[in-house]
This record gives sequence, C-alpha cells and structure tokens, in this order.
Amino acid sequence: MDVRKLTLKQAIDGLSAGTFSAEELARSWLTTIRESDSALNSFVTLDEEYTLAQAREADRKRTSGEVLPLAGVPVAYKDIFCTQGLKTTACSKILGNFVPPYESTVTQKLKEAGAICLGKTNMDEFAMGSSNESSFFGPARNPWDTDRVPGGSSGGSAAAVAAGLAPAALGTDTGGSIRQPAAFCGITGMKPTYGRVSRRGIIAFASSLDQAGPMTRTAEDAAILLNHMCGRDPWDSTSSSEAVPDFTAELANSLKGKVLGLPKEYFAGELDSGIADALDAARKVLEQMGVTFREISLPHTHLAVPAYYVIAPAEASANLARYDGVRFGYRCENPQNLDDLYTRSRAEGFGEEVKRRILVGTYALSAGYYDAYYRKAQQIRRLIRDDFLKAFEEVDAIFCPTTPDVAFRLGEKTDDPVKMYQEDLFTIPVSLAGLPALSMPCGLVNGLPAGVQLVAPHFEESRLLNIAHQFQTETDWHTLQPGQKGA
Amino acid sequence: MALDKNDLNKIAYLARLEIAPENAERVLNDMDRILDFVDHMQQVDTEGVEPLAHPIESRQILREDRVTEPNQREALLANAPATENGCFLVPKVIE
Repeated sequence: MDVRKLTLKQAIDGLSAGTFSAEELARSWLTTIRESDSALNSFVTLDEEYTLAQAREADRKRTSGEVLPLAGVPVAYKDIFCTQGLKTTACSKILGNFVPPYESTVTQKLKEAGAICLGKTNMDEFAMGSSNESSFFGPARNPWDTDRVPGGSSGGSAAAVAAGLAPAALGTDTGGSIRQPAAFCGITGMKPTYGRVSRRGIIAFASSLDQAGPMTRTAEDAAILLNHMCGRDPWDSTSSSEAVPDFTAELANSLKGKVLGLPKEYFAGELDSGIADALDAARKVLEQMGVTFREISLPHTHLAVPAYYVIAPAEASANLARYDGVRFGYRCENPQNLDDLYTRSRAEGFGEEVKRRILVGTYALSAGYYDAYYRKAQQIRRLIRDDFLKAFEEVDAIFCPTTPDVAFRLGEKTDDPVKMYQEDLFTIPVSLAGLPALSMPCGLVNGLPAGVQLVAPHFEESRLLNIAHQFQTETDWHTLQPGQKGA
Repeated sequence: MALDKNDLNKIAYLARLEIAPENAERVLNDMDRILDFVDHMQQVDTEGVEPLAHPIESRQILREDRVTEPNQREALLANAPATENGCFLVPKVIE
C-alpha cells in the first residue's frame, strides 16, 4: 500500500470502512519512513514497537465496538511535545536522554481521541531557528530540493508531511515556526489563537507566544485534527476558556461577501516577485468565489521583529534556567562545585543559537536595561496588536505572504543571526498579537512552494479554515507533492 | 551600543554560561549586531503606551488550594544525572 498520498481524512475513512487496519497503516508508514527518511532526516526518534502497540490497541478497540474519532490515525509529533516513556529532546544535547514521566496535554487529548504517535520529528534546538539547522541531530531537509532548508523550527514535521511520511504532524509556533516551514514545504499549517491549545508538556521557549497547531496537507485535515487539540486545561493557566467550536462546521460555507485585507506593508520591498505573482493568482481565484479585497495598513509592522527579538529571548532566558544539570538532562563531567556544575553543563549542553538568545535575553532583563528593552518591546507589542484590531473593524481576515521568499539553501543564512531573524518578518507580527493564522500553498516559484498566509481575529480559526478549504476546492496546489528524487 | 568583554562575562555569568575565550570575539560581534537591530525599536515614541505582557488579557484564575497530585518521586528522579537516597545529588555546597 502506498500511503504517501493519503490525507488524514482518507486514513480515517479507510480505517472506518475496514479497507486497512490501524496496524497495517502504521506498518506502511513506518516502512515508508525507513525507506525514504535518510535523505530528509525529518524524524529524530522512531520506536516501531511503541507505535505498533498503539495501533494494535486501536484495532482491538474498534473490533470491540469502541469507535473513537481518530482511532488508529498516525500523527507525527515535533520533538518538543512530551511523550510519556518516549524520548523527548527538543533536539538539544542538554535533553539528549530525557524520557518524560508524563504526556503533554495536547498529545494526551489526541491519544484519547484514538490517534497514535508515529514518531518524533526534527526541529531547531528548543524551537529557536527558522531553518532547522540548529538541531543537535543535524538539519532536516526540504523534500522539494534536499539542498534547501525545510524552514523552522517545525522543519521535520513539515518535511515529513510534504514527503508523505506522515498524514499529519504537530508543530509549535512562537514566531512563525509552523507557518514558515509549511510555506517552504508546500503544506497547510495553522497556528491557533494564543491559549487555544494547552502548553502543558510542550517544552517552553517563549511562554507568552508559544502555541501548538496542526500541520497537514489540507485545510480539512487541519480542522479535523484541531477538533481534538483545544480547550481549557487546569494545568496551563493561560489556556483559554473560550468555547471550542466544531472546526469542520464552517468548511463548506460560501465565501460570497467576505472581505479580505491586503496589508500594504507586506507587499513592499522585501517580497520576492515570484511569490507576489503567486499571491496575485490566488487572489483572483478568491475574487471569482465572491471575495472582495481591500488595502489596509498595519503601520508598526517594521518594529515587530526587533520587539520579538527582545521578548522571545527574555522569556527564553527565564524558561531555560531550569536546565541546570541537577534534576534532568545533561550534566558535565567532574563538576568542581555547584557554579561549575551549572555553568559547564549549560555551556556544553546548549548549542550556539540557544546560548545567543539566552545571553540577549539575560542582558535585556538585567538591572538598568529593562525599561529600554523589555518594557519598550511590550509597548510596541501593544501597538502591533492594536494595528490588527483596527484592521479587523474593516475586514474579515487578512491575506498576505507567509515568507518573503521560497526556501533558501542550507548554510545560506547561518553566518548572520539577524539575517535569519528577518526571515520571519511576515509571521512575527501575528505571533505578538496572539492571532490565529494559517499558511497554505498557492503556487510554485522555480519549482519550490510559495505560501499564502491568512490571519483572523482572535478565536476565529473556523473562518481561516473555511477560506482555505474553499480555496482548496478550486485549486490543486495542496495536492502537489515533491518529485520522488529527494523524497 | 557596543559591549565589551567584561560586559559579556558579566552577562554570561548571570545566565550561568561560559564563553570560551576563543569564541568571545564572535559572540560579542553577534550580540552587537542583534542589539543594533533591536534598537530600531527606538524609532517610535511609546510615551504613555501601556505595555502588553500577554496577547489575550485575561484575569488570573484561582483554584482551591488542595493536594491533587500523587507522589511521583521515583518517576521524577528517573531522569536525574545523579541521585542518592531519593534526593538529587549535587557537589558539596557547604565547606
């Protein structure tokens, strides 16, 4: 059975109809991964017995009449989600042998819905990166061109789904880590509203920004998966009590009368002309479906990346203080005293980019600099959020590029951290505002995927999924898969 | 603004990180570039703007203060690099 083209929906339907069992499905995907992943390095941990045991359990439950909505559906998890009994490393040496004693809330919810864990996917170390090159386990590669990056930080999840090594994956997004790799790999990826999905058991990077979301081939699949991920969690005080709708309910709605905003700041100098053309073509498709477009302005856009590179490192420097070589994780050899234990364990256990961000964050929070950096960044954060809230008085959602260019080559941006940071200039403002956003493929530029980003008001994920699904009923960009050469 | 090696060592110590002397130049250079970039924030006047700590401003939710967790000492010690008698082991801290 060739499972590479199977969507999540088709897997669910095939399992319900008895076309294949959960065990057969899991075995087919595991075989596909074994045969194809050496070129992509999209998975960092596979435990066939762990996966097959869950698949057999799903089959047993189905036979006994207990039908769960995702029974036997394999999903790949970014290696940032704690999975009880299965190594979880955030692709860092410092967590290289960490086996969580508990399950993250979101993967627990998926488990309760019947989903099985196919394996853990590659990522930038502690989700800090836009190319997957900071992974301790080496970079994942883009299945469209293995000399190029899959994006980051959820690069392994994006590469795996694009290459058909998993029907769906989980990612996390702090400044674009779901949307940018989804765009680079030609898949659909959604960052829900901040607080929609519990952060409990997701290894923390920047707690006021981190959010988990689905990475799939279609918007319909994203809606199906999201249905089993959301909700208030007593274990995460920032998780939202907002009612969780059925995210598939509005997929079929007509787009007639919808108004989408085109933020003029996103179509300025930095945007590649090929991506601009792809977006223009997508816009025409939506116009034919009854959507009208209106130019809007988000005037503080250019301040988002600078503000983000204060807020995210500041929060990271606090969150990563827990890696001290005492309770879990890497410990240096022969510590001379407690300070030496802390300092060397951290210096040897963290990679370059992580250390850089801890240093920047520590500096920004240190005595005498707090107002100039952290407070200033939080003030800008409000200006950016207010820009969006004002725009949403006029438009239903925002339509813009996900990335300024297509996937870049490995090594192209590693010498200059600021160049790498600017890669996320279109995704970071949305993160600071805590809004839901989705990236989906809308064309190819020189054989590489281009992504369009849709942004909605807080808690309006259904609106994004509706627009994306309707677009995907009229176009076939989301069905394209990379040629088999790399994959 | 430019940081010097003393600044870097002070920041590194606050973060309990160690910068190898042969890397100090490069790390300083990277930090300068990042801080120069971050200084673009100063272009906008934010006088009177209330800082936004959190994208969704919600109230803190309280719960009843009672024990809900069972003891998981063994499970929690299982990942520790060194333990003794059910405790985490660290180098001697009292002379």
